[in-house]
Amino acid sequence: MGATLTAGDLRKGLKLEIDGEPYLIVDFEFSKPGKGQALYRCRLRNMITGTQFDRTYRSGDKFLAADLDEQEMEFLYKEGNRYHFMNTATYEQVELAEESVGDAKNFLTENLHVDMLFFKGAPIGISLPNFVELKVIKSDPGVKGDTASGATKPVTLETGYEIQVPLFIEEGDVLKLDTRTGTYVERVKAST
Amino acid sequence: MNPRDILAAKRWRLEMRSRILHGMRLFFMERGFTEVQTPVRTPAPAPELHIDAVRSEGWYLHTSPELYMKRLLAAGYEKIFQICPVFRKGERGRRHHPEFTLLEWYRLGADSNALKKDCEDLLQAVCSHVGRYPHCPYGPHTLSVLPPWEDRTVRNVFRDRAGWDPLKNYDADRFALDLVEKIEPALGFPKPVFLSDYPPQEAALARLRPHEDLWVAERFELYWAGVELANGFSELTDRREQEDRFRECLDRRRADGRDVYPWPERFLESLEHLERAAGIALGVDRLVMLLTDASSIDDVTAFGPEHEP
Repeated sequence: MGATLTAGDLRKGLKLEIDGEPYLIVDFEFSKPGKGQALYRCRLRNMITGTQFDRTYRSGDKFLAADLDEQEMEFLYKEGNRYHFMNTATYEQVELAEESVGDAKNFLTENLHVDMLFFKGAPIGISLPNFVELKVIKSDPGVKGDTASGATKPVTLETGYEIQVPLFIEEGDVLKLDTRTGTYVERVKAST
Repeated sequence: MNPRDILAAKRWRLEMRSRILHGMRLFFMERGFTEVQTPVRTPAPAPELHIDAVRSEGWYLHTSPELYMKRLLAAGYEKIFQICPVFRKGERGRRHHPEFTLLEWYRLGADSNALKKDCEDLLQAVCSHVGRYPHCPYGPHTLSVLPPWEDRTVRNVFRDRAGWDPLKNYDADRFALDLVEKIEPALGFPKPVFLSDYPPQEAALARLRPHEDLWVAERFELYWAGVELANGFSELTDRREQEDRFRECLDRRRADGRDVYPWPERFLESLEHLERAAGIALGVDRLVMLLTDASSIDDVTAFGPEHEP
């Protein structure tokens, strides 16, 4: 069970358990109108469903810190809409449904190491390294377009993810991508 | 950013802060006020339900210079002001710093209306002193300091924006929540606005007077651009009534498990020599925020409590 917290502990980035689910405080404002009581205004995001809501707390309110744990995992394979991972320390295998993997699926390749988040022992999501390298499997050679700087074209990566890249990128190239923004960074290996 | 770069980036705001303080002092000096200094450490801070003092070797750091300044009033000082750091436990946020700077001023023989006039004159003088007269950019807004400023009663604002009457059916929790969520954010655009005549329960040291069918505290707050800037009132000078309020406040603090401050006997004695008077406290950091288009109090104070020396 998570530690008990008071309203004075609330701040942006803190993770709480509310009604049995983990929430992240994404926005926080301390207020104290006039000679009145302290109010703690929070915008909370459900860490499983992603839904958000606003709630104002008072001093005296008590909270439970979300019981969260992170473990390093290696991605093994996908089967149907289940993603299979292996704990790099214990070799224990864990599977995660596609909706829990979320947008991270666009960057998952076999043997990639990720951090898996557990809430009360159950896996709820993964966080990727900031940068990954992926191969281009489809690029339309017919696209010539505008050769002026800044011109881009769409390519498909080995994960099925489609992305805008500079015109010089070709099929078979390996690209470095920023997983936080989902964007192209640079070409790390040209196809030959 | 490393700590040196953070400090360097604050420089123009801290220079504005210095000029704003200078402008304030000029304003009060020119009007015959005396700048005073009262103890920062005190054995007995003013009993307030929701303000917690920081302990200091059995005494306390003051949460406002109010009690000492009123003792000066009671001794016949007609016009006094002070600019000082004050300390309030647990108050930390975008507009809160547990050690912040208050400007307080007091007038003997005056009521809250005289203070409202002072506010209009002071803000105009300070804005003009720092090149923000009559307009001042603040986020996407263009603020204006030009009088006249609107003066609204708490009762009317609550009826309009929250749909209930806090004078008739006072509810402390609902009052604070609606004020913060429904009322404050939209108050004071583009000009400052006064919110006047508070429920008696919302004022520990203010004088009461009959208003329509009920009693109200002769207290007002000054808001500008959604920011609570100053709190002023006509002083309660009836010793008995003040004692009753302090006793009730300290009883509630005891029941809530909060620090119960010692009885401020000297202050209460001094009330017997105090007739009509009014006083106000203005948050200096917040005014600097408005005049330098800052979104956080940390932009206008060199160091926060989290920063080690």
